[in-house]
Amino acid sequence: MSDAASEIRARDLADAPVRTVSARPSLRGRLSNLWQRRELLGQLIVSDIRVKYKGSALGLFWSMLAPAMNLAIYFLVFSVFLKNGIPNFVIYLFSGLIVWNMFFNAVIGSTTVVIARAGLVKKVSFPREILALSTVGATVVYFFVQLAVLAVFLVLLGHQPAWSYLPLLPVAFVTLYLLSAGVSVLMSGITVYMRDMAHLIEVLLQLTFWLTPVVYSYENTISPALARHGVSWLYFVNPMTPIVMTFQRIFYGATNAISTNTGQVLHVLPQWSLTHFWVVNLILLGIVGAFYLLVEYLFGRLEVNFESEL
Amino acid sequence: MVNTIEVLGVNKEFVIHHGRHQSLKERLLHPGSGSSEKFRALEDISFVIGAGETVGILGHNGSGKSTLLKTICGVLAPTSGEIRLRGTLAALLELGAGFQPELSGRENVFLYGAMLGLKRKDVAAIFDDIVEFSEIGKFIDTQVKFYSSGMYVRLAFAVAVNVNPDILVVDEVLAVGDERFRAKCMDRIVRFQNEGRTILLVTHDADQVRRLCSRTIVLNRGEMVFDGPTAEGLKVFRDHLHADENSPTKSTHENIEITSVTTPSGSFDVRSGEGMHFDVAITSANAYAGHFVMEIHSRRGELISRSDALTSPVQLKPGANSIGIDIAELPLLDGVYDLNIGIVDDIGQNVMAWSEKAATIQVAYDGREQGIVEIAPSITQS
Repeated sequence: MSDAASEIRARDLADAPVRTVSARPSLRGRLSNLWQRRELLGQLIVSDIRVKYKGSALGLFWSMLAPAMNLAIYFLVFSVFLKNGIPNFVIYLFSGLIVWNMFFNAVIGSTTVVIARAGLVKKVSFPREILALSTVGATVVYFFVQLAVLAVFLVLLGHQPAWSYLPLLPVAFVTLYLLSAGVSVLMSGITVYMRDMAHLIEVLLQLTFWLTPVVYSYENTISPALARHGVSWLYFVNPMTPIVMTFQRIFYGATNAISTNTGQVLHVLPQWSLTHFWVVNLILLGIVGAFYLLVEYLFGRLEVNFESEL
Repeated sequence: MVNTIEVLGVNKEFVIHHGRHQSLKERLLHPGSGSSEKFRALEDISFVIGAGETVGILGHNGSGKSTLLKTICGVLAPTSGEIRLRGTLAALLELGAGFQPELSGRENVFLYGAMLGLKRKDVAAIFDDIVEFSEIGKFIDTQVKFYSSGMYVRLAFAVAVNVNPDILVVDEVLAVGDERFRAKCMDRIVRFQNEGRTILLVTHDADQVRRLCSRTIVLNRGEMVFDGPTAEGLKVFRDHLHADENSPTKSTHENIEITSVTTPSGSFDVRSGEGMHFDVAITSANAYAGHFVMEIHSRRGELISRSDALTSPVQLKPGANSIGIDIAELPLLDGVYDLNIGIVDDIGQNVMAWSEKAATIQVAYDGREQGIVEIAPSITQS
């Protein structure tokens, strides 16, 4: 190499940004590092999906099989056998289930992801939360596939969503994403230190599922009882509740419906105004955003000893 | 000169758990049980490496060299201190660790590239070079799980060197692949040197360091014991190996030192093809039955010859010993050569005493052969 060329190299190097490896990078440093590696995140999501369906002819179909099965079973049990009387229950059920499926699959998939990729974690430098985030990313893809299927259902059943509530959808989705990502990243870090966390998570997720109004209507069931004791707020401590309700409000459309059993009016969803929904969603977005930052901070403390724990 | 790597007061502590409970259930049932102790893997390491330097990091197993390397690569965070890097870094740490067995070679190249911090289009631009260098050929679209270990390593190496990093970190990986591919890798590393890139070579192979590095950092039990010219570094490295052999956990009877190497005339100048005699003075604290070994290196650091230790037993007696070396005909051509002398144990595994550059020989040659040794082929025509 000529001297001129090495001078150019030297000058380029002098201009190159300095990367710092330090004991405890700041939260801002962590986030900017994460942003710089977004391309890796994209590639990991694609490779996650590819690996999952490599050698299977039906590919993405398999990821739709379990949600379809759940949908069919819950519909049969609650609408046909138990006769909850909610008309077009499949739309109500589906709009809640797609939210739940994303959260559930993200968290379940992420708990063991750092352990599973130990070889990578011990040898290659990248922000470790990307492993959990790529699992979450894959569930986002499935989420949108399910959303498309829901749209087809709406068309086939001739069901009108609440168009004026539709602008809430992106906000509720971002909240859902940040919540799923936050819990997933945190769990992926904790599991390294406590391997049986995965079992606990399964149980907790099941509990959360029944605390979330997916297969039943809150208004129609436990709302009066909680209101009588003045503890309605308790039900809304679960952040999944407002997100699921927002999706149901958008796609199911109506808050009241005529029961197919008794012919009386059923309160399916809370009688909140559009403004109320906005306020709830924006507050929740703020809380979940702060939660994600907290998780980033905590994960930074956890990942320091990954190398020796794996 | 621009600094590419700055290591500033880096410490790394590991917590070692004894009988530690790794599950939530056990932790709840036995709170606070299981003891732990801290282990200092790196102690206050500081050095600066400039652009274009090739630096060898030498150390024995457990010296902390792998920890240091991982810290520099960002795999491990230091407990305190800081590392600043300028320019792109590619590490040949355990080649192919980032590969996904289920994916094809092609997909893995892009994924690995992304792990090294490259954009997809940048990888696409060098993709053909990578495939060519790796010699994978048509198997690039085969799933990596069907690759032989050689193919695996070749592909990983090809990616790492073709991304043209400003800093290349090499960790004892050149012991892989076949002879020819290894030579190709060496060539590429030498080309990197010539292009003014920074290379950090981590190894316990003194020969590799001698060949490639002008500067050497020696680590011993987490401490940096030397930073300077390679020839001296190698000496320090051997001394520490020696010291380790004498550590309390091992037997302590081998306190041996090579004190001097002389010739009868006092001169180390010799004519090619002539004989040579050296007198080596060795002091030993105890009687010791070992083996004698001698190395000749070219000034470029290539090993030209290492004598067979197993056929050269020596019986050292307590106190001063004198050993004579006779070389009947020195076949070396014109040049300056370094002589290393050592005493190894009876299985030839452990170095008991070592003198790096014990003497420098100057060879004069009148003939017209070129290279390092005189072969003097005779030609017959029938």
